[in-house]
Amino acid sequence: MLAKRIIPCLDVKDGMVVKGVNFLELRDVGDPVACAVEYNRQGADEVVFLDIMASHEGRSTMIDVVERTAEKVFIPLTVGGGIRTADDFRDLLRAGADKVSINSAAVAHPRVLEEAAYRFGNQCVVIAIDGKRVGIDDDPRSPRYGKSVFHVFTEGGRNDAGLDVIEWAKKAENLGAGEILLTSMDTDGTKAGFDLEMLNAVCAAVTIPVIASGGGGDLASFVELFERTDADAALAASIFHYGEYEVADVKAALREARVPVR
Amino acid sequence: MIAVIDYGAGNIFSVKNALGFLGFTGKLTGDAADIRAADKLILPGVGAFPDAMRMLTERGLTDVIRAEAAGGKPLLGICLGMQILFERGYEFEETRGLGLIEGYVDKLTPPAGENLKIPHMGWDSVEIINPLPLTKTVSSGTTMVYFVHSYKAVTPRENISLLARYGQDVPALVFRGSVYGAQFHPEKSGEAGLNILRSFAEL
Repeated sequence: MLAKRIIPCLDVKDGMVVKGVNFLELRDVGDPVACAVEYNRQGADEVVFLDIMASHEGRSTMIDVVERTAEKVFIPLTVGGGIRTADDFRDLLRAGADKVSINSAAVAHPRVLEEAAYRFGNQCVVIAIDGKRVGIDDDPRSPRYGKSVFHVFTEGGRNDAGLDVIEWAKKAENLGAGEILLTSMDTDGTKAGFDLEMLNAVCAAVTIPVIASGGGGDLASFVELFERTDADAALAASIFHYGEYEVADVKAALREARVPVR
Repeated sequence: MIAVIDYGAGNIFSVKNALGFLGFTGKLTGDAADIRAADKLILPGVGAFPDAMRMLTERGLTDVIRAEAAGGKPLLGICLGMQILFERGYEFEETRGLGLIEGYVDKLTPPAGENLKIPHMGWDSVEIINPLPLTKTVSSGTTMVYFVHSYKAVTPRENISLLARYGQDVPALVFRGSVYGAQFHPEKSGEAGLNILRSFAEL
């Protein structure tokens, strides 16, 4: 039986790990390679690196981090942040990444999803979507009447792209994305639990796997996520990063709740 | 020396890294002479079937791989590298594969009325259909390995060593003589995967 995945995420800037709280406050916490090795030891199912600077210089630093991680860690590695072209996918895949996540550039140029999927396969194309509530659907004819309207935000959450999260998720799937990394800007950094409403809305609209991100604050929030949504994986940063819980603690809680884990 | 065949497709360093981690020498190469000189061959691959066959053909590697495999040199295809061992594939368009194992590669399809996420992505358990030296560390039904794929092999049961079930039969490890193919990524399956890779390297 396919296991639900627990994925620690490392935000990386200039080759060092930081964690954004609500995308604003950044704090240094260490070496990404060492963190990835530690998460592997704890039983992480994958590791994600997000390059939060993603300038040209930042990119070669990230490629070096990926190469060094891939020498020591033999679980899947996803890299994202500042990805613009299919050649960016190629460079990171060749460095040892298994999947590459793309966010703002895919909103601006959706065809990059198609090109990357054609050249490297759908399975390595992760569409990262930062979603945020912008109101309530007040159209009585809408199937989501009375429910939240979620918009896609780009540029690290600064820009409302004016796109509906659910529509964008479906379009990205059709263009070739193989997985959705869905971050709720409303719950990210709050540790108040995952955004079940947005996750359920997106999971119901697509057939590709969905990684839940934003709000995983305690063991119960992971159990709640998998009991109340069809999410395939949970991504979290600070809960693991500051040593509050190990990945194995989350898995033990899930196993207890009869959620299949590795 | 184990030649890890570099034909421009995807994540090849991980395979070389995993071999190095296990104490074996892997050489990334797209050179026919290296492929002939190697003790064993690994054909990795992340990507799409037509692109991979085009790149192998452009580099003039299809004949040497077929010849070495026919001569009994152990060959392990991984993921897409496993899929192109078959006779043909149907990703985007019908494409001829290397034809080293009988069968073809087609889309994973959800059974009628079932909502199945595709790609089949993540850690899944495998069961032993035909035990091999490669599967000596596998415990049937409980060992979990990492899959990421939207296409599956369709091949007679006698060619299947390990099988996963994901709304349908998903051949996880296939074989014909000394040609092996892993649909999962042994180089990304933690301890369980490294053990299988070691078993191949020690053949």
